[in-house]
Amino acid sequence: MSIWIHENSRVLIQGITGKQGTFHGTKMDEYNTNVVGGVTPGKGGQFVDLPNKKVPVFNTVSEGLEATEADVSLIYVPAKFAAAAIIEAADAFQQKGGGLIVCITEGIPILDMVKAVARVDQYPEVRLIGPNCPGIITPGDDGGCKAGIMPGFIHAKGRIGIVSKSGTLTYEAVAQTMSVGEGQSTCVGIGGDPVNGTGFIDCLDAFEKDSQTVAVVMIGEIGGSAEEEAAEWASKNMTKPIVGFVAGSTAPPGKRMGHAGAIISGGKGTAAEKFKAFEEAGIYVARDPSEIGDVLVKALEDNGLR
Amino acid sequence: MNIHEYQGKSLFKEAGVKVQNGVHCKTVEDAVNAYDSLGSKVVAVKSQIHAGGRGKGTLYDEKTNDLVMEGGVKIAFSRNDVENYARNIIGRKLVTKQTGPSGKIVNNLYIEAGCSIAHEYYLALLVDREKKSILIMASTEGGVDIEEVAENNPEAIHKIWTHPIDGLKENDAIKMAEDLELIGNSKQDLVMMLKSLSKMFVEKDCSMIEINPLVRSESGEMIALDAKISFDDNASFRHPWMEEMRDHSEEEEVETRAHDHGLSYVKLDGNIGCLVNGAGLAMASMDVIKLYGGEPANFLDIGGGATKESITTAFGIILEDDNVEGILVNIFGGIIQCDMVAKSVIDASNELGLEVPLVVRFSGTNHLEGKEVLDNCDLDVHTASTLAEGAEKIVDLTRSVK
Repeated sequence: MSIWIHENSRVLIQGITGKQGTFHGTKMDEYNTNVVGGVTPGKGGQFVDLPNKKVPVFNTVSEGLEATEADVSLIYVPAKFAAAAIIEAADAFQQKGGGLIVCITEGIPILDMVKAVARVDQYPEVRLIGPNCPGIITPGDDGGCKAGIMPGFIHAKGRIGIVSKSGTLTYEAVAQTMSVGEGQSTCVGIGGDPVNGTGFIDCLDAFEKDSQTVAVVMIGEIGGSAEEEAAEWASKNMTKPIVGFVAGSTAPPGKRMGHAGAIISGGKGTAAEKFKAFEEAGIYVARDPSEIGDVLVKALEDNGLR
Repeated sequence: MNIHEYQGKSLFKEAGVKVQNGVHCKTVEDAVNAYDSLGSKVVAVKSQIHAGGRGKGTLYDEKTNDLVMEGGVKIAFSRNDVENYARNIIGRKLVTKQTGPSGKIVNNLYIEAGCSIAHEYYLALLVDREKKSILIMASTEGGVDIEEVAENNPEAIHKIWTHPIDGLKENDAIKMAEDLELIGNSKQDLVMMLKSLSKMFVEKDCSMIEINPLVRSESGEMIALDAKISFDDNASFRHPWMEEMRDHSEEEEVETRAHDHGLSYVKLDGNIGCLVNGAGLAMASMDVIKLYGGEPANFLDIGGGATKESITTAFGIILEDDNVEGILVNIFGGIIQCDMVAKSVIDASNELGLEVPLVVRFSGTNHLEGKEVLDNCDLDVHTASTLAEGAEKIVDLTRSVK
């Protein structure tokens, strides 16, 4: 198994008729992801042409779930409307007994996210990944389930779980696993916003319980204390080895480094603190992302997995 | 986005938070007139810049760098004092703990009626990332560096949380007032103030409100003697007034220009420029340059929607920095195609007359095509297949230039 999505997951795309929605819907279909439909208010009844099929558009997520039995809703809605889209999806999934929401959108107001996350948290069977993230992918035997914007072709089915706050740095981690002959079970981009849905600990917990995953690569970055908390949690709860990297050792304090959440404030949230927490928790640390592959090999060998 | 204290106080007034009367001034003459109009014998003459530590800062002459005055916030006891202080402040460079050694030129002044202070407190509201809620924190130790209080005396900092959906709970506000040992009208004042500030925080999409000091006057009133407010830029679409409050002279011009082109740029002090797609990878590229003995000159994320135009702008911005002695381009193609980046890099280099070494590392979408474009061009460009190799090469090349 993989975590949260599998090869046959049924994916609905909120914002499918927009430029981003159509572009990435096409890429997902090319990767053999089971895109079952889309949602754009006011465009219900239309169809969108994907390379392998034509999918229906619905006015609401509820209608879409009713008709398609989707278990994942992927959001490519502009920032102004994205929090409302998350809340709509959460309410709709709750009616159907649960589901996964993946929000790619960058630039959502933080207080909108505080409200949206509060709604999602009321529903134990509904999970939110993101926002401001590349999404989640489970590579399969022929393509796989790609709910996001990552380039599908760099992945291969395997036994390494990846969780990261960053987009392209996740791809780097994927390439590193491939460079040492390892594939991925599931790769999750949790996003670089200060307030988001799924966190590191949720991912580590799921990877620990997943039979396909034997080791995890965790990529953090400066800002907040999620990495420290995850490290402490892992030291008590993880039996599988973790390889960790943190971006931003050279970032100056008080400056936002691209991501809304990537800021050292009041001397807190530095890469040095996070690396230290990783080391104290027994995580295999890579100081350079180009070393992730080699460090992973060592972690696997130490644990009798290679 | 940050605003000045005088702007923050006008928002406080609107929200029902008690402040002293004050006047925003831009000239010495304005300041003297403000003193006359306020009708208060004692006033505070306050430098307005977007940085903390003003009171303990130092003012220098912009051209000669001669010391002009210690302290960017002064208490004036006469019209004459106001005139002297204003003259020493306006147009001078104020250096504080937070501005860095280059300081900031003071273009704005705030003249505020004096206040008889019984006690100074600290109060702040901010988004708590971990609790996914709004944190209100306060301390009886106000007027000092709160980070020092947090370090040395953490139990002196009291915390409550409020959620934008439910709003502030009366009981939490009362508890905070009691934690601060307030009684009578001071207690009532604080409860009212916390309610007003919580409402304002949500309505105006603040990312932080800090009042240091918040004071209890001799008559027991709770008054915001300072106002440091920043807003969530992502919410500016629903607050057109934010643009009017923006002081462009307080922002880094080059960072604003980069932002207008869809780029995210932060200038650093090193000599190796970098151009990268993705914030995390951009930070990692800086880190690896440092790991191989170099110093990054900047953070630059060209974003997922980069075009030939934005890449040319990015190159231009990197090369504007006189410290730059070499450039590392690190692209992991996802949506972005490496061959497009390769062509853009060649065009930009030719257009701008690139004279420093250039190392390019491509991976992901169309990386082979991108490398081929670079291999067949006239430009002296080095390629690398991993980030480590790229960083090592550019560090070596900039060393050999010296």
